[in-house]
Amino acid sequence: MNFPILSSLILLPTIGALFIFFVRSSNSQYQSSKYVALFITLANFFLSLYLWIIFDKSIVDFQFVEEREWISGFVNYKVGVDGISILFILLTTFITPICVITVNATIKNRLKDFLIAILILETFMIGVFCSLDLVVFYLFFEAGLIPMFLIIGIWGGERRVYSAFKFFLYTLLGSVLMLVAIISIYWITGTTDVIKLYELGIDVKYQNLLWLAFFSSFAVKTPMWPVHTWLPDAHVEAPTAGSVLLAAILLKMAGYGFIRFSLGLFPDASLYYVPLVYTLSLIAIIYTSLVALMQEDMKKLIAYSSVAHMGFVTLGIFTMTQQGIEGSIFQMISHGLVSAALFLCVGVVYDRLHTRLINRYGGLVSIMPKYAIVFMVFTLGALGLPGTSGFIGEFLVLMGAFKKNILVATIASLGVILGAAYMLWLYKRIIFGKLINEDVKKMVDLKRFEIVTLWLLVLPIIFFGFYPEPLINSIEVSVANMIDMNDLDKINKLALGE
Amino acid sequence: MENLQLIIPELFISIIIMFLLIFGVFKKNSSQLVYNLTTVSLVATLALIINLDTQIQSSLFNNSYNIDSLARFMKILLILSGIFVMLSSSKYIQINKISKIEYPILILCSILGMMVMISSNDLIVFYMGLELQSLALYVLASFNRDNLLSTESGLKYFVLSALSSGLLLYGCSLIYGFSETTNFNQIMVNTKEIEYGLTFGIVFILVGLAFKISAVPFHMWAPDVYQGSPTSVTVFFALLPKIAALTVFIRFLYIPFYELGDQWQMIIIFLSIASMVFGAVAAIGQKNLKRLIAYSSISHMGYALAGLSTGTIQGVQSSITYITIYLVMNLAFFSCLFMLKRNDKYYENIEDLSGLSKNHPLLSLSLLVVLFSLAGIPPLAGFFAKFYIFVAVINEKMYFLAIVGLLATVIAAFYYLRIIKIIYFDPEKEKFESKHNLGLKFTLVASTFFILVYFIYPSGIVDLISQININ
Repeated sequence: MNFPILSSLILLPTIGALFIFFVRSSNSQYQSSKYVALFITLANFFLSLYLWIIFDKSIVDFQFVEEREWISGFVNYKVGVDGISILFILLTTFITPICVITVNATIKNRLKDFLIAILILETFMIGVFCSLDLVVFYLFFEAGLIPMFLIIGIWGGERRVYSAFKFFLYTLLGSVLMLVAIISIYWITGTTDVIKLYELGIDVKYQNLLWLAFFSSFAVKTPMWPVHTWLPDAHVEAPTAGSVLLAAILLKMAGYGFIRFSLGLFPDASLYYVPLVYTLSLIAIIYTSLVALMQEDMKKLIAYSSVAHMGFVTLGIFTMTQQGIEGSIFQMISHGLVSAALFLCVGVVYDRLHTRLINRYGGLVSIMPKYAIVFMVFTLGALGLPGTSGFIGEFLVLMGAFKKNILVATIASLGVILGAAYMLWLYKRIIFGKLINEDVKKMVDLKRFEIVTLWLLVLPIIFFGFYPEPLINSIEVSVANMIDMNDLDKINKLALGE
Repeated sequence: MENLQLIIPELFISIIIMFLLIFGVFKKNSSQLVYNLTTVSLVATLALIINLDTQIQSSLFNNSYNIDSLARFMKILLILSGIFVMLSSSKYIQINKISKIEYPILILCSILGMMVMISSNDLIVFYMGLELQSLALYVLASFNRDNLLSTESGLKYFVLSALSSGLLLYGCSLIYGFSETTNFNQIMVNTKEIEYGLTFGIVFILVGLAFKISAVPFHMWAPDVYQGSPTSVTVFFALLPKIAALTVFIRFLYIPFYELGDQWQMIIIFLSIASMVFGAVAAIGQKNLKRLIAYSSISHMGYALAGLSTGTIQGVQSSITYITIYLVMNLAFFSCLFMLKRNDKYYENIEDLSGLSKNHPLLSLSLLVVLFSLAGIPPLAGFFAKFYIFVAVINEKMYFLAIVGLLATVIAAFYYLRIIKIIYFDPEKEKFESKHNLGLKFTLVASTFFILVYFIYPSGIVDLISQININ
């Protein structure tokens, strides 16, 4: 395989962005730049789909590995995919074109700049998921801050400046320790190449500190309680497309990082810190679910529900069982689809009424039936009803958790109930009830492009809910390999005294 | 007979200075011509330096003047920055009516002094170079003599700098007293054991040098001088003296007193931490862009010193890389500043940038790139500069320094973001002029492009710098 398919995936959006940048701007050509962006992102999606098809799911090694000298004698540009990362790439390339379609309604000014920012962001997001070198990973991980900062700050709501700063500084503060850890790893082992590090292993005596340094970065990005406060702000103020990308993909970088680096590089330390992660995850699940119940702003409610869902993800990862990790990955993909869809749904009504306050709505079912249907699917997906993709992820996570610690699993199960409570209540308040507000009566049902984007998301949510096999297939071998390679089972048993 | 071939560039500049002085006096209204001739002669000097036989490493005048790989690289850096400064500021000095023949000649004198500093291998030669550059800089700082701020900044710089030169000279005399020589190599031979007087000497000289690169706590002059001087002089201040002073820092620490690392290492670490943190915190409240960049450069010097504090060749190389990238970033920043012109008036307050992105998308984009790079966000060049420094620092297990430095970058990110916020998020103001001279445009485009695409091939500069060796 000589064609550098991963590098093309990474570079294609940037090339598109450059193209849009250099085409002279005038109002009439705004449309054309949108089609360019759509074309590029769709091309990228099909390219990644092709990658998924030719990807050999039975091999444990990284595939399509490209290596090139970069900082001489120190860091090599190295990318590759395994069964885990390929799903995230697919998610990224699937969500981005949907974001491009939504700009129709939401972005009123400086459309060209917005498209450029989204395309550049896609480059960085794909880069995060396929980099196989710690420095390259850090580079992509951090670089994503720049376009996101601008997306929130330029096209955001009233308190956009505050939110953009909070988002940027929180994440940057979390990541600087990771940089120290990455450089330390280089001096301890002599390489930052992930594959070599998997083989070499890192001495146990360094692992705990290094794990904490990585954790500080991923915990902010996930986000875990108590450093989650930037997320509701960022979500509320970001434009729809920004919220979608943030919830669907940027948050998943951290979960991916936990699996790839925290578990992969520091298995002993991961085990050592299991109680910490369990505690924080449980607090996230229960506490933020309760907070979500109290919200009056739709986007804030969904943002808090994201924190709760990511609590399941971290819980599942650190059960260190096959089911738990698979469940976490599944949950991330599913949450990527569902939360993206929910933010789009909020965007739909926000564009019509220009408010996100829940009590301004009510009785939408009688005037927007099409909207009510898709919104219901996503609500059910978010609360994890069997038959939607949300169920599979939560179920597997809880299964893994029950294997390890019944108390933790029981508390986490409570979170499922709370999740149902706030989602259904949200649905009830918006869709059912009496039409009180005069403005609401004037609202029109879904337009064509909204139907397209929302149904594009309905399909995979239901499909993977009934038939999760393609996803599980893809990650099974890689997860099993990760557990074998790091003797996670053995370490687990030693810890339990068996 | 000494091999004078090696100092042809210095000789050339000296001759040009004398020639231009006479030429300028006898030919009326020749200020613009002299300015252009200066730029051309700088280009010629650059060619002469590059043309020097790179294999020879030799010293002249009883081993008091060194032409080695370090000197060669730093001189190229120096002259290149000089050329770009001249190119970008020509319009500015015309409009502000400071286009006099003395201006370019003073700049040449200062550059000559810096070249002597860079090559010096002897306390006396070093001091001579230092004074030559400083004297020219005093005059340049107060060059806009009808302006109160400019006069004040010149005077302030003169008084404080004279004090630091005094301390430095006192340190030199102490070192001479305890080692019986002024030659760097000879000092190393003569000072095998530590004596208090010697340590005092080192401290005094470090204080003097720290003053020149405006490291905390010897930074007090920088904000006032940066703000008060004409912008064309500020950019000069921000770039060239730093190169020369850093080179002397490297030579002084790594040749005569390399063995006494435990004596100076703590001092450098202190200077570094204090500069990084203070520079970052103090810049937050600033309203004037020039003042802000003064604090920012204090902070940046802290990072360069962090590389030096490691006591390894790798640390020195990381510092040199840092200063190289720092120069490019500052050059780009000042080029943007030169473009904020409306009706023959230059604007330099942060508020004036409000909503710049709507009227001047390209200029704003350059500023965006430069500011994110100054903040050290990947994948821009500024990130790599910091990255190399931290690689060297962590290699020496100096985790405290590394973590403090990285936390300071987060604080610093705040005020860079604030400028970006004003450019991109705030309501727009009146348009600035969009016509600029070619030299300025070229400088801005070249430096921004460098910052933007540095990540594609980061090895280039590193390889170049890794050939530098000190002893």
